[in-house]
Amino acid sequence: MAQALNSALRDALRADPAVHVLGEDVGALGGVFRITDGLTAEFGADRCLDTPLAEAGILGTAIGMAMYGLRPVVEMQFDAFAYPALEQLFSHVAKMRNRTAGRLPLPITVRIPYGGGIGGVEHHSDASEAYYTSTPGLHVVTPATVADAYGLLRASIASDDPVVFLEPKRLYWGKAEFDPAAPVEPIGRAVLRRTGTSAVLITYGPSLPVCLEAAEAAKAEGWDLAVLDLRTLVPFDDETVCRVVRSLGRAVVVHEATGFGGTGAEIAARVTERCFHHLAAPVLRVTGFDIPYPPPMLEHHHLPGVDRILDAVARLQWEA
Amino acid sequence: MTVLDHRHHTAVPGWLPGATAPRSDPAPLLPDASPVRVLGTPELEKYDPALLRELYRRLVVGRRYNQQATTLTKQGRLAVYPASTGQEACQVAAALALGEQDWLFPSYRDTLAVVSRGVDPLEALTLLRGNAHTGYDPLATRTAPLCTPLATQAPHAVGLAHAARLGGDPVVALALLGDGGTSEGDFHEALNFAAVLNAPVVFLVQNNGYAISVPLTAQSAAPTLAHKAVGYGIPGRLVDGNDAPAVHSVLTEAVERARTGGGPTLVEALTYRVEAHTNADDATRYRDDTEVAAWREHDPVLLMERHLRRIGLLDDALVQESAEEAEALAARMRAEFHADAELDPMALFAHVYAEPTPQLREQAAQLSAELAAEAEVQHP
Ligand SMILES: Cc1ncc(C[n+]2csc(CCOP(=O)(O)OP(=O)(O)O)c2C)c(N)n1
Repeated sequence: MAQALNSALRDALRADPAVHVLGEDVGALGGVFRITDGLTAEFGADRCLDTPLAEAGILGTAIGMAMYGLRPVVEMQFDAFAYPALEQLFSHVAKMRNRTAGRLPLPITVRIPYGGGIGGVEHHSDASEAYYTSTPGLHVVTPATVADAYGLLRASIASDDPVVFLEPKRLYWGKAEFDPAAPVEPIGRAVLRRTGTSAVLITYGPSLPVCLEAAEAAKAEGWDLAVLDLRTLVPFDDETVCRVVRSLGRAVVVHEATGFGGTGAEIAARVTERCFHHLAAPVLRVTGFDIPYPPPMLEHHHLPGVDRILDAVARLQWEA
Repeated sequence: MTVLDHRHHTAVPGWLPGATAPRSDPAPLLPDASPVRVLGTPELEKYDPALLRELYRRLVVGRRYNQQATTLTKQGRLAVYPASTGQEACQVAAALALGEQDWLFPSYRDTLAVVSRGVDPLEALTLLRGNAHTGYDPLATRTAPLCTPLATQAPHAVGLAHAARLGGDPVVALALLGDGGTSEGDFHEALNFAAVLNAPVVFLVQNNGYAISVPLTAQSAAPTLAHKAVGYGIPGRLVDGNDAPAVHSVLTEAVERARTGGGPTLVEALTYRVEAHTNADDATRYRDDTEVAAWREHDPVLLMERHLRRIGLLDDALVQESAEEAEALAARMRAEFHADAELDPMALFAHVYAEPTPQLREQAAQLSAELAAEAEVQHP
């Protein structure tokens, strides 16, 4: 996936001179995850810029660049290190179009590696998507496959609206062949990764592989689970989600971020509002606990795994 | 006198209308052109021999601590270790410049300063080992948790120092930062608050040349980082960060100044990170070996050894004692870390709030049931 993201940035830089990459260590080092590897060498430091170490400064500067017609792609080094930039993101990036009655759209892509499962210490594993999804004006995109990493990043950079592009860092090292020219579903569309007849697991980003594994394991219990990958949290694909839920009547939402006030709560509420009469059971959520992200040696107790997903499936009131 | 007159009564002739006179002549605030040095100068002989020997001993033990911790990352026994190898003089002096009642606000690279402050060397590594966020009791040694988000500890140091002063306590706070951290907004806000509040706080920037891959030239256009103090109206000092007695004396002076009501100081220590940023970093991508080799010649431990020997303060007995202490510590680290840590998953729910919420109690019960079921499978 890291390679696909790198290709997406390179191709975007080649295709449009307005595209500029900026962030901490994105130059000679190629980023701590090597997503920007080789970009400064190919495009020069003006197009792929090592900035001073200041997230508010990076994003604030990107705003000015976008006001002048550029398409900045900003790298935040780790999920929690985007927090100093939240003021710029919430107060300006998200609102500029609205504040200026459409005169100053900001086509900025903010790439943020997010989530746990890589043994990172404090502040290196937060899943903070709920902050972004509850901020109107931002698109929130999170790929789970190699092809989507490429396609969704290209689409995000091309978008005339700001996009928070959440990269599931534990999937960076996942490998799969992909063809950059192959069409991918656009931003805003959910994709069924596995069909099934019993119930659907609704998920995104880092939790997709876990859900696919759970669906495989569920066969032993006699359950045939579908797995739906949301791909984009904002805009939300009500249509696809509701179509699948209505046809199966049972759904479990899975994500690793904390559950209380989390994205899963929004999804469960929407599904219930729209599909109530089709539901054979309440929409359940399987999420991380409502605790600060744990130290690495304990993180596996926090992250939803196959067993916790199957337990939820078992609670879907099968007899009713 | 009109309101405007009143407002501008301090204006000096010839000054722009509306502007008030500068609070003081900036010249005394400017840092020295070259860094303060003690080793290799006649000054050295004026220092307390006991202090110099103590600095030496701590440097040697600190170097070994850094090496052993780095080895433990290679063996997978520590999740990560940002070594302060090459920066030991700053770390050791930072701790020694403070009194027991003072507070230290360290950053993630400052484990050694924390240890030098009296925190148990193994407890200081808990965060980096991966079993808990902060292993040590911050109150026991007045040492804040190792801080990972850059520069965010600096305003905390200001607040604590301010509160202590309000309480009439002669407490000084020392915040440790890296060169990269000086670009963050929090650093600048902390300096400004400290200056305006005249808070008894000292900022020590360990300028080790790089913020991960980014060299200082791409970080700041200031002549030195110490110059950043001037705009806030506080003094900036520049010191050779590999010269332990020099760092100690500059910091001690700043701490005393703060303690006696003189306000904050920004100290920039020029040093070098001879290892990679952490064990996960590849330093060959952004710097060449000749640069590293030159700094290895200017090594804090080597310098201390050479100059203390020259003035007859370093004898074989001290060398051997220090080496033995260092080896004993390394052996203790190996023994402790090669055994798997005892961990209680239920600790995840402790200390989220003073009183767990009903939801957390529910989740704790869920995990507890899961653990019991797991145990049942393993030992039916
Ligand atoms: C707010 C924030 N942004 C990014 C990071 C990621 N990061 C960790 S260390 C580091 C470089 C810090 O350099 P410097 O301040 O010079 O300290 P040094 O590592 O050299 O001791 C970066 C960018 C972070 N920890 N916090």
